[in-house]
Amino acid sequence: MERVMKDKKAIALFLLPALILFTLIIIVPLFMSLYYSVLDWNGIGERVFVGFSNYSELLADTSRFLPAVRNTFIFAAASLFIQLPFSLFLALVLASRVKGERFFVTVYFIPVVLSAVVIGQLWLRIYYPRGGLLNTLLTALGWMDPTQPKAWLGDISSVLPAVMVPILWQYVGYHMLLYYSGIKSISPDIYEAARIDGAGFWQTAFRITIPLLKPILQVSVTFCVVGSMKVFDLVKVMLSDGGPAGAGEVITTLMVRRMFYPSNRYGYGSAMAIILIFLCVVLYQAVGIVFRERDGGKERKRGRLRG
Amino acid sequence: MVDTKRAARLTGRTLMYILLSAWAFVQLFPLYWMITFSLKDNQEIFNLNPIGLPRSWLWSNYEDVIQNAHMLRYFANSLIVAAVTILTVTIFGLMATYALTRMVWRGRAVMRSYFMLGLALPIHAALLPVFLILKNMKMLNSYWALILPYSAFALAMGILIFIGFIAGIPKELEESACLDGCTVYSIFARIILPLMAPAISVVAIFTFLQAWNELLFASVYATDWRYKTLTVGIMGMAGQYQTRWGPIGAGLTMATVPTLVIYIILSDKVQKSLVIGAVKG
Repeated sequence: MERVMKDKKAIALFLLPALILFTLIIIVPLFMSLYYSVLDWNGIGERVFVGFSNYSELLADTSRFLPAVRNTFIFAAASLFIQLPFSLFLALVLASRVKGERFFVTVYFIPVVLSAVVIGQLWLRIYYPRGGLLNTLLTALGWMDPTQPKAWLGDISSVLPAVMVPILWQYVGYHMLLYYSGIKSISPDIYEAARIDGAGFWQTAFRITIPLLKPILQVSVTFCVVGSMKVFDLVKVMLSDGGPAGAGEVITTLMVRRMFYPSNRYGYGSAMAIILIFLCVVLYQAVGIVFRERDGGKERKRGRLRG
Repeated sequence: MVDTKRAARLTGRTLMYILLSAWAFVQLFPLYWMITFSLKDNQEIFNLNPIGLPRSWLWSNYEDVIQNAHMLRYFANSLIVAAVTILTVTIFGLMATYALTRMVWRGRAVMRSYFMLGLALPIHAALLPVFLILKNMKMLNSYWALILPYSAFALAMGILIFIGFIAGIPKELEESACLDGCTVYSIFARIILPLMAPAISVVAIFTFLQAWNELLFASVYATDWRYKTLTVGIMGMAGQYQTRWGPIGAGLTMATVPTLVIYIILSDKVQKSLVIGAVKG
């Protein structure tokens, strides 16, 4: 058996297809992008080495790139402070012995499996100035003058929240399910004890459930913060050219626009890709540090108490 | 005293159900609205009956997008790309997992971490380099232009899930099979493969959803209508029909039905396949 499992030829045969594909499409392009990012190159002409000037141009671009970064961070913040608490609340309610909890869980997860293109097209029509669902509703309620319909996605002041809503809406079910399955795996004895001690819904939530959910919270916060950096589909579908005066632009949409036709700025676009990866890696680590620090703090406190 | 407490709890419960139902409504309504307006004409959508059930079911909207907007072709393309991607991820992923867990060699642990890099790295850095590679190989606008990247993207998660499952298969099974003389290939094909079926379904669902819904790479690599997938096709279709919402709704519904059907039949499995990676990673 051992001899069979050490067969070098078999190992190579099993490993190589995945290894080659993975290396060629995930790892090698990373270094290619790094190389492109120091070039001035349109794909056809000469490759001119320009050092870090693509990066310095980006970091000084207050008209497009920096606003796009800011918008991306606003998305992350909204997701963190609106979507996650709401998802957690739903999960807490659902896990507190509600009738039909499976039904609600199943329904809340539906938008997660749908294509963002479909969702974007739908919300585009919900926001449509004339005949869109939202304005029809507002007019019916008498809250809007039908002769002056609001163009939610065409107005600098409303474009960002309007694009954000469907993004938050789509993934509430995902985070809810993470939390819900986490809560369900907590021992019922703990809740029984809390109930006997007379703890109410909120007390149980804050004193027992949320502290025990910390590993899941870390996963969910990472997913939401890092995922927000990469948001593309819904923004692209709803604002094909970045919205009014680029007010709804995010990093990825700007990157694609600069990278391909008609700009074809391969170097400049690649620098954006590298910055995006840098942000993702840094935020990934940062979330880890925040959660570990909290853990460490608690350990120390417990140690002190014991001592 | 007891009565007021019970009354308070009852109001609390009622409020809770109202909230839960309201959110269910908010999550489902756009879907309902999409399906109903896919069967209406503009007159009905905008003036007569914006949110009710269609008065007469206008199936001609579907005929329209199938005949005039290549929707069936896009649908088939999405299906082909998703199916071959699932096959590639499953076969390559299982083989690599076997080498990474059961076979004995130096550097196994390092190789595992190497693959797991794929979970953390954003795929955006691949967009331009892979585009140029495909272009040089004259492979843009082909099924492979999407299948290869999609397979590579799903590989890390696939391997992660497979590693989790294979740990639950007792090694004794392989050892006893080996007593009567065996090769590593027959162990893999006869023993591991069938036992991994539950893991394969989880990975298949995960990969399907990723490939079926992907837009960024598809919009850059598949610009010829013959190879466009549904996501890219829909973007073009929405532009083509502009304000005729009926056919657009029909196209959107066509793109949604497969995922919805899979989800309704296998909701537990689908939920698991999307959450499992997050929890394990």
